[in-house]
Amino acid sequence: MSTVLTPEAAEPKPDAVRPREHYLNVRFGIASWLLTVDHKRIAILYVVGITLMFFVGGAAATIVRVELMTPAGDLVSRDDYNKLFTAHGIIMVFFYLIPAIPAVLGNFVLPMMLGARDLAFPKLNLLSWYIYVAGGVFTIVALLAGGIDTGWTFYTPYSSADSHTHVIVTALGILIVGFSSILTGLNFVVTIHTMRAPGLTWFRLPLFVWSSYATSLIILLGTPVLAITVVLLAVERIWGVGIFDPAIGGDPLLFQHLFWFYSHPAVYIMVLPAMGVVSELVAAFSRKNVFGYHFIAFASIAIAVLGFLVWGHHMFVAGISPYASLIFSLISFLVAIPSAIKVFNWTATLYQGSVSWQTPMLYALGFIGLFTIGGLTGLFLAALAVDLHVSDTYFIVAHFHYIMVGGTVMAYMGGLHYWWPKMTGKMYPEWWGRFSAILIFFGFNLTFFPQFVLGYQGMPRRYHEYVAEFQILNVMSTAGASILAVGYVVPLIYLLWSLGYAKDAGPNPWGATGLEWQTPSPPPTDNFAKTPVVVNPPYTFTAKEAEVVG
Amino acid sequence: MSAESVHHDAHHDAAHHDAVEGQAAAPRSPQAGHSGAHHPALAHHFDSLEQQQEAQSLGMWIFLASELLFFGGLFTVYTVARWAYPEAFAFASGHLVLWLGTLNTVVLLTSSLTMALAVRASQTCELRSLRGYLVLTIVLGVVFLGIKMTEYYLDYREHLIPGPMFSLAGHELPDPLPGGTREFTRHVELYFWIYFTMTGLHALHMIIGIGVLGVLLILARGGRYTTGYFAPIEIAGLYWHFVDIVWIFLFPLLYLIHHGGAA
Repeated sequence: MSTVLTPEAAEPKPDAVRPREHYLNVRFGIASWLLTVDHKRIAILYVVGITLMFFVGGAAATIVRVELMTPAGDLVSRDDYNKLFTAHGIIMVFFYLIPAIPAVLGNFVLPMMLGARDLAFPKLNLLSWYIYVAGGVFTIVALLAGGIDTGWTFYTPYSSADSHTHVIVTALGILIVGFSSILTGLNFVVTIHTMRAPGLTWFRLPLFVWSSYATSLIILLGTPVLAITVVLLAVERIWGVGIFDPAIGGDPLLFQHLFWFYSHPAVYIMVLPAMGVVSELVAAFSRKNVFGYHFIAFASIAIAVLGFLVWGHHMFVAGISPYASLIFSLISFLVAIPSAIKVFNWTATLYQGSVSWQTPMLYALGFIGLFTIGGLTGLFLAALAVDLHVSDTYFIVAHFHYIMVGGTVMAYMGGLHYWWPKMTGKMYPEWWGRFSAILIFFGFNLTFFPQFVLGYQGMPRRYHEYVAEFQILNVMSTAGASILAVGYVVPLIYLLWSLGYAKDAGPNPWGATGLEWQTPSPPPTDNFAKTPVVVNPPYTFTAKEAEVVG
Repeated sequence: MSAESVHHDAHHDAAHHDAVEGQAAAPRSPQAGHSGAHHPALAHHFDSLEQQQEAQSLGMWIFLASELLFFGGLFTVYTVARWAYPEAFAFASGHLVLWLGTLNTVVLLTSSLTMALAVRASQTCELRSLRGYLVLTIVLGVVFLGIKMTEYYLDYREHLIPGPMFSLAGHELPDPLPGGTREFTRHVELYFWIYFTMTGLHALHMIIGIGVLGVLLILARGGRYTTGYFAPIEIAGLYWHFVDIVWIFLFPLLYLIHHGGAA
């Protein structure tokens, strides 16, 4: 360690003239941010990018929901509607859901949880942010130039032969952003393998690290397949080669196989880190050690492995062999086992815990409930006969929003509030935090629960018109979406406010036991004054602590 | 940690500066053991050179696993297409120049040998051999690309480049022709698409590899990789071997499938 001046040196007695040095005030100016290789600053850069994309994707969803208030297609044209839900899907999936937790929360806390000074490849980490931005620019340019109407799934031959929208530019954006997540995943795996602090054995790792590890494996093995698929799609579209288009000798199912080989595991890229966050939150706010640590850890790995074997369940109605469907259906059911193990273990952790109801915990409990609904409706879809009935209906839309929004977004918000004091040194306003967490929970359910009913009754997805009988439920859904929108804007305001006006948080406002809480907030550039030596398991809550903090 | 030092200098306050430095000595002492014998290549966030080399090597292995899946998608497309149109694929494969492909295989395998020798020279701290083997590897890589370009040129002359120019007009088609001439031509064209995509992406990887070796060759001049820090040479070697192995699969799948078929 070549450190000459460790910020820790001045830490015990904060200097009145010069405040304690940490990663935020060590240097100033635009260049100090855009050229930084500090994982904490890069996490902040990602917060900016991801928040921006979240609200762009949210704006598209808003217009979609407003259009669906009435059965007639009266707000936007058919074509524009297609472009809007495509923009919503592409931006939310590739530019928010996939990077959100790994690139923001993972980037910030993972090295600290390992007792490391940085990720293994800091420059690669910065590069991956620039790649993310480049991919985002391509996609936004495609949207501004007129958009794309294929749906986020780019199904051929529509995307390669028929669509007259900006398929190539958007596909290029997705190809580029894929490399960003590959680099992040690579960095995480190497860091977890080689940079754990002395004494930090695999089974002393926090569960967030385990889930980040499993996520990274999926990213590394899935994303390159999407990349080559997008390249081939572009080749077919530009030169009219018959790879996927049956009219010129290609195989359209081949595209779906390749696409879902990535895009189904991508669901686990989105939800596994969320599960990791929730494991941390549930332990910290019930003041209890996680029940069934090993089971939760290995359930993450099991989900990563099984997640690669179920892509065919997106193709039950596409004409794949019934025997293949049978196997895919069976394995899809199996994924429920590790998922349920996690839910049961979180619940068991709560049992007889000293539960407190701070904002992060509200999000965590919201996650458990919503993820359970999303997971159980997933079992409906894994069943071949039921799937035939509800394929391409709002039942599917509701199901995956319960996983994506009810799962990933809830956990991201929970994790953001939980680590906000660590990231900024400031405490967010608790009342507003709880208020918006509750608002989001109710708004979410009002938006998406009616869609289960709509889908079961047969309302197909991706149409801007529908029969009048469906209007009541659609109006409910749109009303819920309005509440949800408010719920997301409120935290944006009070979190920004907290940067300037909120009270200082102190190193460990939650009395949590992770390594990241044993360094000042905000942490010094090197995270720890000296490399910590780990002698305990990750969660060491005791009854005594519960009295003090609870 | 130069960033912090600069910051402190900017707010220079001699007394305070010294005081901070004095205090800093205590927490730093646990690392003092190896901070005395710093290798210049050791990045500040690693504790030791061994840890750094292990991380770099693992990083390359993981990257290659990712690359494997990238090419895996292409091989899947190849398999599906060849399964659908075996006659067209055999026919098209017969139009590649087998001896050039074979020669290129030999060139590439030899470059793997020189690359392995470069890694060894780096580990045994022999700067002259290291630079010599790197140069040889680069030369063999360039020869490979030259031969590949020659093959592409020959394909161009025979109108086998897919696209509007593509034509089988001057070629003798197999006698019981599966499907019509138009379909057959399209399927042959599909083979050539896959051929150009696969060999093109492989060549792109070669170009990147040659660039990396070129940079290492320049950096190696001052003896940077011959004093116990050989990870960059080693991981460049891993990459180079991987690109070779991809070719080992491409060669039979693209060049050797017309045996017993028309040619």
